Amino acid sequence: METVSEQIITRSEILPIRTQIDLVHVRQRVRTWLSEERFTLIDQTKIVTAASELARNALEHGGGGQMEMSLLAVGARKGIRLKFSDQGPGIADITMALKDGYTTAGGMGLGLGGSKRLMSEFDIQSSPGAGTVVTVTRWK
Amino acid sequence: MERIPILRIGSLLLVTIQVDLYDDLALQLQDDLSTRIADLGATGVLIDISALEIVDSFIGRTLANIAAIARVLDAETVVVGMQPAVAITLVELGMSLPGIRTALNVDLGMEYLRQAATGGDGVGTDHYAE
Ligand SMILES: Nc1ncnc2c1ncn2[C@@H]1O[C@H](COP(=O)(O)OP(=O)(O)O)[C@@H](O)[C@H]1O
Ligand SMILES: [Mg+2]
Repeated sequence: METVSEQIITRSEILPIRTQIDLVHVRQRVRTWLSEERFTLIDQTKIVTAASELARNALEHGGGGQMEMSLLAVGARKGIRLKFSDQGPGIADITMALKDGYTTAGGMGLGLGGSKRLMSEFDIQSSPGAGTVVTVTRWK
Repeated sequence: MERIPILRIGSLLLVTIQVDLYDDLALQLQDDLSTRIADLGATGVLIDISALEIVDSFIGRTLANIAAIARVLDAETVVVGMQPAVAITLVELGMSLPGIRTALNVDLGMEYLRQAATGGDGVGTDHYAE
C-alpha cells in the first residue's frame, strides 16, 4: 500500500547577505551542509554555484537581504531549499530577467536563468517596489 | 588589502588561487596581473584554479577579462586544473568561457605557454570550449 509522506523541515538556518564576505560565508555554509548531508560532489557544486549567483543578486540588485536554508525530508528523500529575500527595487519584467544574457547592471545575465537550470525547482516572487524572493530547491 | 601572490618564471607569470575568492580580491588580481604583464613584458599567464570549488558567473567573467587584457598586452593566458564538477556546472550555468585556453594541469599549461611564446601550436592542451 502506498503512503503519502509529508514534507518536513529537519534543519534550518538564516544567513545575512550584506557584504561580499557574506557571499563567501553563504557559499561555505551551504557547502558544509551539503557535504554533511552527503550530497554528491556534482550536486554540491551546482547548488553552491546557484547560491552564489542568487546571493550576489540579493546584494547587488536588491541592496542586501538574507538567505534561509532548510533541509527537507519527504519520507526517505532529502532535499535542500534556499530562499533569498531582499527589500530592494524588485523586478518589473521577470520573464525578461530570466533570459540568458539579460542584465541591467553590466553583469553576465546568467544568474537567474543559470540557477534555474542548476536546481530542481525555482520560484521567483517580485514586483517593483516590493522586493524580491527567489526560492530554489534541489532533491538528492 | 589582501592580495593573491603572482610568481614569475622567466617570461611567464604564475598564479595559484588558494583562498575563497571574494569579488574585490578577484578584481585586484585582474589589476595586478595587468600591471605585471605590462611591466615585465610577460609572454604568458598561467592561472591554477584546482583549489577553486566553484566558478560562478562573476569569477568566470573575471577569468575571461584577464585573458582578454593579457591578449591585448601580447600575452597568452591558460587556466589549469578546473575540477570536473566545476566544468559541468559552468556549462549548465551558461558560461562556456570562449576565448579561454584551458589545460588539465600546470605542466601541460606551462608547455602550452612556452610553445605559444615561440610561435608553436600549443600541443598537449585542450580547449574547454571552442
Ligand atoms: N534580487 C533582485 N532585485 C532586483 N533585480 C534583480 C534581482 N535579481 C535579478 N534582478 C534583475 O534581473 C537581471 C538578471 O539577473 P541575473 O540573471 O542574475 O544577471 P546579472 O546579475 O548578471 O545582471 C539583473 O540585471 C536585474 O535587473
Ligand atoms: Mg546575477
